[in-house]
Amino acid sequence: MTKLIFEKSRKDRRAYSLAPLKNHKINIDAKFLRNAAPILPEVSELEVVRHYTRLSQKNFSVDTHFYPLGSCTMKYNPHILQNLSTLNGFTSNHPSVSEKFSQGMMQCLFEAQEYLKEITGFQGVSLTPSAGAQGEFAGVSMIYAYHEARGDKGRVEMIVPDAAHGTNPASATMYGYTVREIPTLCDGDIDIEALKNAVGPQTAGILLTNPSTLGVFERKIKEISKIIHDAGGLLYYDGANLNAILGKARPGDMGFDVMHMNLHKTFGTPHGGGGPGSGPVAVNNTLLPFLPIPMVGKKNDLYIWLTEKDCPQTIGRLSAFAGNIGIVLRAYIYIRLLGAAGLKRVGEYSTLNSNYLLRVLQKLGFTAAYPDRLAPHEFIITLIKEAKEFGITAKDFGKRLLDYGVHAPTTYFPALVPECFLIEPTETESKQEIDAFAEIMAKILAEIKTNSDLVKGAPYTMPVKRLDDVKAAKDMDFMWRGQK
Amino acid sequence: MLDAIGIKSIDDLFAEIPKDLRIDGLKNIPKGLNELDISKLLKERAAKDHAGLCFIGAGAYEHYIPAVVSDLTSRGEFLTAYTPYQAEASQGTLQVIYEYQSMICNLMQMETSNASMYDGASALSEAILMALRLHKNKQAKTILLPQALHPTYRKVIKTITKPHHLELVTIPYDPKTGTITLDTLKAYTNNNVAAIVIAQPNFFGALEDVDAITDWAHQNSILVIGNLNPIAAALLKPPGSWGESGADIAAGDGQPLGAPLANGGPYFGYMCAKKENIRQLPGRIVGRTTDKDGKTGFVLTLQAREQHIRRGKATSNICSNQALMATGATIYMSLLGAEGLRRVAAASNANANLLRKRLLKIEGISAVFNNTFFHEFVIKLQKPVGEVLSNLANKGVQGGFDLSIDYPKLGNSLLICTTETKSEDDLEFYARQLEEIL
Repeated sequence: MTKLIFEKSRKDRRAYSLAPLKNHKINIDAKFLRNAAPILPEVSELEVVRHYTRLSQKNFSVDTHFYPLGSCTMKYNPHILQNLSTLNGFTSNHPSVSEKFSQGMMQCLFEAQEYLKEITGFQGVSLTPSAGAQGEFAGVSMIYAYHEARGDKGRVEMIVPDAAHGTNPASATMYGYTVREIPTLCDGDIDIEALKNAVGPQTAGILLTNPSTLGVFERKIKEISKIIHDAGGLLYYDGANLNAILGKARPGDMGFDVMHMNLHKTFGTPHGGGGPGSGPVAVNNTLLPFLPIPMVGKKNDLYIWLTEKDCPQTIGRLSAFAGNIGIVLRAYIYIRLLGAAGLKRVGEYSTLNSNYLLRVLQKLGFTAAYPDRLAPHEFIITLIKEAKEFGITAKDFGKRLLDYGVHAPTTYFPALVPECFLIEPTETESKQEIDAFAEIMAKILAEIKTNSDLVKGAPYTMPVKRLDDVKAAKDMDFMWRGQK
Repeated sequence: MLDAIGIKSIDDLFAEIPKDLRIDGLKNIPKGLNELDISKLLKERAAKDHAGLCFIGAGAYEHYIPAVVSDLTSRGEFLTAYTPYQAEASQGTLQVIYEYQSMICNLMQMETSNASMYDGASALSEAILMALRLHKNKQAKTILLPQALHPTYRKVIKTITKPHHLELVTIPYDPKTGTITLDTLKAYTNNNVAAIVIAQPNFFGALEDVDAITDWAHQNSILVIGNLNPIAAALLKPPGSWGESGADIAAGDGQPLGAPLANGGPYFGYMCAKKENIRQLPGRIVGRTTDKDGKTGFVLTLQAREQHIRRGKATSNICSNQALMATGATIYMSLLGAEGLRRVAAASNANANLLRKRLLKIEGISAVFNNTFFHEFVIKLQKPVGEVLSNLANKGVQGGFDLSIDYPKLGNSLLICTTETKSEDDLEFYARQLEEIL
């Protein structure tokens, strides 16, 4: 491994020519002060630059590798997004300055709200949730507020399909709901009969992803919507898979009442090694009064913040200021760059690439989880046959992909399909890139048949070989504690 | 490609979507722009947003950010990677997070940290939920929040903890010092209190007697959540050494460590805990391990706490965090080191003392509190603060945060912040502008 930055430390070595050098006298009583300086590295600027540059080189990323991580939409993030969203005017203002000094940023946000309404088919948008999961929390919170405002007590259950993202049941539980799971049929659609039996006066709503995490479009969505609404519940749309239907269909038209978007998936903003993302929520008129604040409004020719005063029924605030504005700016630039036609092309090409790759892989001998269905922007293959016959796992296969310079697809999710890969090529990959990936997949399949130990031992070419997860959980070594 | 799929047109791919749900494009979205045109448009807009010399703090702090920070975090390998699920192909991000955890733990003198939360407000809210899980008395549903905790943090805590039906009790500050006194606290000694949040410095910039409050809390079986400004941590006693046994959880905003003001986000939240409680800590955690040849490497670990494994039983629903901002903080802390951070903190404190002294000489300005403060202080004006701030803004000075809205009892009070970014000339400029207006 690359040594830790702490291990490169030498006493009194410094990189902070930029920090103030004057010997400022502090005016703080001793009782408030720390006894010893914190242990931080003492290194030169060049050492810092080299260290973190080298570390960055140990990552796979969209800029460097094909990254078909299903459900995460690892599409190309146009560099101009980074470039323009970090212009000095956008990065230097304090969040509490008067609105009149932030009109440039606020206009972008206001327009982003308008565009996202059009894209999703909803009547209101709040940009403040910091990530998809916080958007979900806001959505569930709005559903709660709606029932509460009507004095409709006793709606204690939230319905979640068994294939849902883990955040769905976690968000519902975080809001105190009992999660009621409903099963999926073998064609990937929700079991309507089970749903009918599950709903009642205890139903607060349902959390759904469409296209679902199983990589199919929920065809009976209108029927589902009717069942839930007739029972007095509301429908929540998990926007994780919005990329598949961009410009082709809208959650608002399908009967959903509320949704979140993942700007870092659908709208081209970078994933940053795990974040920051951004998870705006959109609602129809039913939930309009409950949207989280702040939002951007327009009064005469001035863009203004809408706060508690303007939105008395709001579920409240979710962050100290207005959420990840810098990420929203990137998404705004993305929308303006692509325009209406470009956004529609996203939905079309992501679906085209996905279906093409699915058929090619099927021809090469891979087993599709739902062979009779059209794939949306992602699909599932199962390696259960190979697992039984040759003793390999989806994990082994994924690790072997790394040796061929490809990031592994999402493995073991959704849990319904054994030994599965959830594969999402995205619209920004060329046919050549996708063909090359299919070839690698075929090569590994051949390796499994001739030399399965090779695959079981992968990876071989990464900075480290297969890592010991069990040891990590047992050792609980979470921080550097000096030289061993 | 269509042939390979066995269809005639792209529209055939959407055959499973009911016909009446399909739309023919997006009507109210403008035509796409090329890179040149979008650059012109955004540059025009950014040019409108220049507020001037910043003396506002109130939860977001302007510090100088070395060029190296954004250069390195903009590298595509960091910027366009995702959560490091495939550890062997993500050793860069994983080692950075391990180093981040080490640095923030050392700064806060805590034993464990997660890989980041959304921001200070959400980190504190999650810290409260964690404290409820940790507290032995499951009936304890009262949380003590100082009135001098950031007003918006208190609002966010209310939003996020609402489903838990907690009693959020506000502890008043002593009007003389702006801080909590032990005498006030005594009124809250009962069995139902689960946790207390202690902000250091508090919203008025004042330093709390953290040792005494922590000991009082622990004597009453109340868990302590420390909310320390991470730059102040270079000078001030860290949560891990507050009182006899230290704070139980440390949580707050990491923005001062290398994140630009940027209208309020993205920032990141830090969250640290004692090692024995790590299984109740939400979010990603990186652990050090070895590969099958015995070589050191890093992985995401203890994932059984998280939503993608535990689903409805997870510690939190958090999935995406603010990893890139934590990466920036790691680089920032590496560049400055303990001595660099100390100087940033000391210069901020020295500037605040200089400016306060200078302003109090101006007629029409008086002191509000008599206390020790870090880099923010409160003054009282004889005119409405909003009006004064607006006049200052027209002279190119963002003069501070108007306290009269959240703290009406303080009258025309203004919260002013200085960091190391201000020169003596800047301080004098501010004083003169204010003098002219008053």
